[in-house]
Amino acid sequence: MLTKSQVEHVALLARLYLDDEEKERYTTQLTKILEYARNLDELNTSDVPPTAHVLPLQNVFRQDVVGPHLPAEEAIGNSPEQEDGFFKVPRVL
Amino acid sequence: MRFNDLTAHELRGLLLRRETSAVEICRSVFDLLAAVEGEIQAYITLDRAGALAKAETVDRDLRDGRELPPLAGIPFAIKDNMCTKGVLTTCGSRILRNFVPPYNATVVERLNAQRVVMIGKTNLDEFAMGSSTEHSSFFTTRNPWDTARVPGGSSGGSAAAVAAGSAVCALGSDTGGSIRQPAALCGVVGMKPTYGLVSRYGLVAFASSLDQIGPFTRDFTDCALVLNAICGHDERDSTSAPGELGDFTDFLVDDVRGMRIGMPQEYLSGGLDEGVRRIVLEAASVFEQRGAYVEETSLPHTDYALPTYYLIAPAEASSNLARYDGVRYGCRLENSTDVIDMFRLSRSRGFGAEVKRRIMLGTYALSAGYYDAYYLKALKVRTLIRRDFEEAFEKFDLLLAPTTPEPAFPIGDKTEDPIKMYLSDIYTLAVNLAGLPGVSLPGGFLNRLPIGIQLIGKPFGEGALLRAGYTFQQSTGHHLKRPRIRGEA
Repeated sequence: MLTKSQVEHVALLARLYLDDEEKERYTTQLTKILEYARNLDELNTSDVPPTAHVLPLQNVFRQDVVGPHLPAEEAIGNSPEQEDGFFKVPRVL
Repeated sequence: MRFNDLTAHELRGLLLRRETSAVEICRSVFDLLAAVEGEIQAYITLDRAGALAKAETVDRDLRDGRELPPLAGIPFAIKDNMCTKGVLTTCGSRILRNFVPPYNATVVERLNAQRVVMIGKTNLDEFAMGSSTEHSSFFTTRNPWDTARVPGGSSGGSAAAVAAGSAVCALGSDTGGSIRQPAALCGVVGMKPTYGLVSRYGLVAFASSLDQIGPFTRDFTDCALVLNAICGHDERDSTSAPGELGDFTDFLVDDVRGMRIGMPQEYLSGGLDEGVRRIVLEAASVFEQRGAYVEETSLPHTDYALPTYYLIAPAEASSNLARYDGVRYGCRLENSTDVIDMFRLSRSRGFGAEVKRRIMLGTYALSAGYYDAYYLKALKVRTLIRRDFEEAFEKFDLLLAPTTPEPAFPIGDKTEDPIKMYLSDIYTLAVNLAGLPGVSLPGGFLNRLPIGIQLIGKPFGEGALLRAGYTFQQSTGHHLKRPRIRGEA
């Protein structure tokens, strides 16, 4: 059972604000989904390696040379606020 | 002339014989759109000017006697989670409602090299999270066979466009069934290729270890042609499989003699609609009559696929969607006190309910103290699910199963209960967890609604799917039926 304060903590980690109605709804729904997920506990997996990825690929490298790339102004062109070719954000400190 | 019943390879014949032009085909699609799009709402963005300009260049080269690639002049729809340079790409989300990518996804570049005519960008559940398009931030797409029902999702707009005739082929993406499930509900062919066959560069990421792009088409010849166009290694996607691929049209053989087809019993029980079950069994006898060996088999961990998926996919999504912070792209909410407040305000207003639910679930499953119990546990069960398939493929060339537990459901039927909605993908999820190719094809009809059957192959076994699917379509003709939509001439 998930508590409301756990939901608030997860919302902070996820950088979301939830209103009271959402907090209540997600507490109920996430509890239900997580209970359903506990079905996996029926399986003994102590000797089973995890699969994060299905392909037998590791460490795919390319040559460290500059290739074709977007001009800076295009690359940041979608940002809501810019100044002198930089992203602009509200105060951090 | 009426083009919207034809396939890409049929249109190609008309173009080469100069019986029509790319501009005429393109205009007929926009004429049809004017009549039916109000009813269907498959597209978020239409690009009429761009499409006509592209069609004109194809016609010019045809007149000049230049050789053209196999899909030149063919009207295409692209799911709105693939980047199209200079054309709005929203992912069905308010947070990206003004996002115009400065570059093309690799698949879009490859289709451009084919000289296809892009009609527009299609509707989807927000960030591809959903099974009905009802979680789109903008509107719900309607099923062309019955507009009171959903088209499936998340690639519901692409499936509906191909079924309605407002595109001849389309691209979708499939993380847990998002190509195959809407293809089944809309009566078209939809293939999710093997993980790694098609580059994901420029596909807005949902769950990176599961996402794969694939085609919606009206038949298997077109499916092979689109696969040929989009597959192959791309150095900009480090998970794209290296190596040379052959010509997929070589597998379009009307013969399944000697093929070994397994029917996982777990996919024929439980919540499966009786009519859908009958159609899958009928398909099995079609394959038998054509000389294949069909036998029951078992995938013992099938029941665990859904909970496994709903831990892994949200966990990956919560990480992937961290980039929507109102800094680099997307919408930002003003009047924030500091940068964290700005992140939280922008994300809370920008994301819809289902996306927030999955971000919350994934963040929880990855958080300190719960990682081992949920996320790591799910990764281990993923191994067991994969091994089930590996064992089955020691005996069989492919597996036959339903695509969905029931036909298209009424709009609003499942929006209140997330688990009920998640169950729509019960027969498609495991294929993504195991990274296998799967295709849904028209298997028959129940109360005038199309029913899909699913073929599942070995890794990089698309050829067997094409051969079996092609043989089935030649034997049955279910793929030739088209819906009639109100407003259509």
